[in-house]
Amino acid sequence: MSDSPSMASERARARFRVNGEPVDALFDATKTLLEVLREDLDLPGTKHGCELGECGACAVLVDGEPVLSCLALALECEGRDVVTVEGLAERGELHPLQAAFADLGGSQCGYCTPGFLVTAAALLERRPDPTREEIREALSGNLCRCTGYNQIFESVEEAARLLRARRTEEPA
Amino acid sequence: MSDGRFDLVGRPRRRVDGRGKVLGETRFADDLTLPRMVHMKLLRSPLPHARIRRIDASEAEAHPGVLLVLTGKDVPGEYGILPVSQDETALAVERVRFVGDPVAAVVALDEATAADALALVEVDYEPLATIATPEEALTTPEPRIHAYGEEGNVHKRAAFEFGDVEEALAGADLVVDGVYSYEGNTHLPIEQHASLAAVEKDGHLTLWSSTQCPHYVHRALQKVLDLPAAHIRVVATPNGGGFGGKSDVFNHEMVAAKAAILLGRPVKICLTREEVFYCHRGRHPVKMRMRTGVKNDGTLVGMTLQTLLDGGAYGSYGVASLFYTGALQTVTYRVPRYRFEGCRVFTNKPPCGPKRGHGTPQPRFAQEIQLDTIAEKLGMDPAELRLKNVAEPNSLTANWLRIGTIGLAECIRRVVDASDFTGRHRKLPHGRGVGLACSSYLCGAGLAIYWNKMPQSGVQLKLDRSGLVTVFSGATEIGQGSDDVLVALVAEILGIEPSDVRAVTGDTDLTPVDLGSYSSRVTLMMGNAAIQAAERARALIAEAAAKRLDIPRERVGFGGRRVFDVEDAGRGLAWREALVAAEEMHGTLGTVGSYTPPRAAARFKGGGVGPSAAYSYSAAVVEVEVDPATGWITVPKIWIAHDIGRALNPVSVRGQVEGSVYMGLGEALMEEQAFRRLPARLSGALVHKFPSLLEYKSPTTHDMPDVETVLVEDPDPAGPFGAKEVGQGPLLPIMPAVSNAVYDAVGVRIHEVPITPDKVLKALDDRARGGPGRYGPDGFPDVEWPEALRVPPPWEGGDGNATNDPERKRAAKLEKVKRT
Repeated sequence: MSDSPSMASERARARFRVNGEPVDALFDATKTLLEVLREDLDLPGTKHGCELGECGACAVLVDGEPVLSCLALALECEGRDVVTVEGLAERGELHPLQAAFADLGGSQCGYCTPGFLVTAAALLERRPDPTREEIREALSGNLCRCTGYNQIFESVEEAARLLRARRTEEPA
Repeated sequence: MSDGRFDLVGRPRRRVDGRGKVLGETRFADDLTLPRMVHMKLLRSPLPHARIRRIDASEAEAHPGVLLVLTGKDVPGEYGILPVSQDETALAVERVRFVGDPVAAVVALDEATAADALALVEVDYEPLATIATPEEALTTPEPRIHAYGEEGNVHKRAAFEFGDVEEALAGADLVVDGVYSYEGNTHLPIEQHASLAAVEKDGHLTLWSSTQCPHYVHRALQKVLDLPAAHIRVVATPNGGGFGGKSDVFNHEMVAAKAAILLGRPVKICLTREEVFYCHRGRHPVKMRMRTGVKNDGTLVGMTLQTLLDGGAYGSYGVASLFYTGALQTVTYRVPRYRFEGCRVFTNKPPCGPKRGHGTPQPRFAQEIQLDTIAEKLGMDPAELRLKNVAEPNSLTANWLRIGTIGLAECIRRVVDASDFTGRHRKLPHGRGVGLACSSYLCGAGLAIYWNKMPQSGVQLKLDRSGLVTVFSGATEIGQGSDDVLVALVAEILGIEPSDVRAVTGDTDLTPVDLGSYSSRVTLMMGNAAIQAAERARALIAEAAAKRLDIPRERVGFGGRRVFDVEDAGRGLAWREALVAAEEMHGTLGTVGSYTPPRAAARFKGGGVGPSAAYSYSAAVVEVEVDPATGWITVPKIWIAHDIGRALNPVSVRGQVEGSVYMGLGEALMEEQAFRRLPARLSGALVHKFPSLLEYKSPTTHDMPDVETVLVEDPDPAGPFGAKEVGQGPLLPIMPAVSNAVYDAVGVRIHEVPITPDKVLKALDDRARGGPGRYGPDGFPDVEWPEALRVPPPWEGGDGNATNDPERKRAAKLEKVKRT
């Protein structure tokens, strides 16, 4: 939302990368990363659900690690690499996690989905072949009220299979 | 679709809106912005019950960045979702009725300024006595929370008797009499409600809102704003979860619309999570007394049920909720005689309304536990007892509900087999147990919430030479997959791909009326309307193709994006060619379809709640491990079978089943919309115990067990291609199945939801002291019941009318006088 001149507390500037692109942003110093992404950088894919860091809907990756953007100040991102749900697909092609969530019922209303996707993406970077327990643990900070989670677990497992297959096809 | 074989129906598919959701491109209400948009916040009452003496908004109005402050007098029109409960105003006019009741609205250039300025609105309250519980409501007629209702703080009472139940119970070999309690809980959609209102360039108002029922919001706005309905547009944005929580009409929707008109600028509001807890309209806390009589062989002979509903501060859907607590007990099992008495009271808490299962999970909890108790006393297997009593297909119930297909017996057999229930029930080591429970739910309410003879769902189709089919429906996508159902049905009938069809839904300007995404009505009602519209389009195209191919119309088939000769499939037209031929023959192409539910069999007053074109059925087995030292309950696995009629998209169906199981498990084990008194030095007000996601506990990935889902498909003639509902029914058996499993594990009966460790420990302690080993309410409060409407069941010579309805008697007398 727009910052009215009347309210503007101290303005802050931060330079960081979002979804691989350089950002040079000027914003109210008290703004969270979530607010700056949604309101200043035109990236509304990241959602808010609780304002307390409890629901995981606002998760983004900062330097590859899941971070609750409602609890992080945008200022803290100076010089860092931020990835949001908008950064997962490449030139319109769905990330294997996105394809699996869409095909296997991992996403219903879709509101918690961005947070689950980026959190799962970080897991698969770390653990290409996670067990069900590791998936449960990695996603335990993300609440979903629609699915009952099992189709989400299966989506992550399917995406892991796809990614592993892709890696074997394209040896580094 | 050709030769009765399906190309799409029944096959797992990516839902049509799936891509947008995983890309983060679905635009929810709070994602919308408009040029010159400003922001609104609501000031909410800090007191549970008070008269407003005076409001001074001058300081807030003068605050830099503030554009407008509104109070009750600015938007005084009364509204309410039910015609009989027009008891809300957009902002409190002279009375606040719960902590969180909106009092004033501030619109400012940005959200933070609006929030800051709320503190500058001075409200002088005169506190009134707080009505905190249903018992207090019954015994405290003054002060009245509302001037309407039956008397004192009793909102509504109902009583029906279907045959002489006391006679039936007197002839029973065993009567089990129990009292049960169900704590309230809330929907907790992860998306917080948001709305954006704007006066558009034609001078008409548009409201984008996270609502399940744009049609009802449209009706309320025209009333509150006193504008022609044709000058108001309501667009339902995709809901980030609904579960019933966005099916009412909300204060913030009314106020944002008013503010946009007054300012001539777009006004947006997004509620905080705390405010979502105040909007509530969730599960009613219900106290219940149930008596069930059986023969020694397990045959049910009669049942009585009393319910007392804590309605909270406003009517909402509450009158319907009240009747629903008494409606569906007879749809699962043959109950030859039945009496229901129910009462809803007002209290100073956020209003209760419809949550997934609307009014039926509470009595289902009581009934399925009571059946478990009966099975034990008779020495019967709980599954055998239920199978013995399953209702007949194509029959009428004692309370005049018409059952169509019923796959309940099959559901029971399937979960019992899959879980080896019979081999493990009463046989597992101490601390482990299995419990069984069943349920049923309606596929759309037979009656609209306001009386009318128009269709409950309308669908329009536009087709043209481009090959695109656009389907318009007022139904709302709340995550359940209704857009996908709509598109798939149309594509199936026209033999094209879902990607050839675009859905435009939930927009009162563009789409025909559909009452909304509630009461599990959409697949059946919208689906049937869509099929009718698509069949009509198919007929137009078939006529043109027949002429072009020079074959009789009956030989025209549709499939694979072609329209062809079924006797020589190589001869045919590509889909676009067929549309060109049809447009040449008929001119511009468009069709409509509509759906109106069949007339109910019940003729008595109050018989309008419960009838449906079809009923879904579920059975569940829950396995638990209970630690006798801590009372902690772990659920390793749940088996559920659901009679869906036909699964249109099995991926979505499974999602609805398991999502229901999940939500039911949350209600069973942890979720509660609970209240507490602040200390006296802090006003002593009755406040929500924990209006935050941090403390309102809901199941995480760690709490969710493996679920084995079985779909029972016996197509129901009333459903689209035989489909029945799945969004709500599978939630219902979970809570009683957990309670029954806990009994099997450690031998104590928990007659109150949620089933928390402290209650288990208290019941274990009760048993250790020689008590019955039970936790639950001690008794049912004293309610003065009205004389029951006596309606003889179909097999006792009834015709669906009450024999003692005073209004009916008067009408009959008048008729007699006229004749003589």
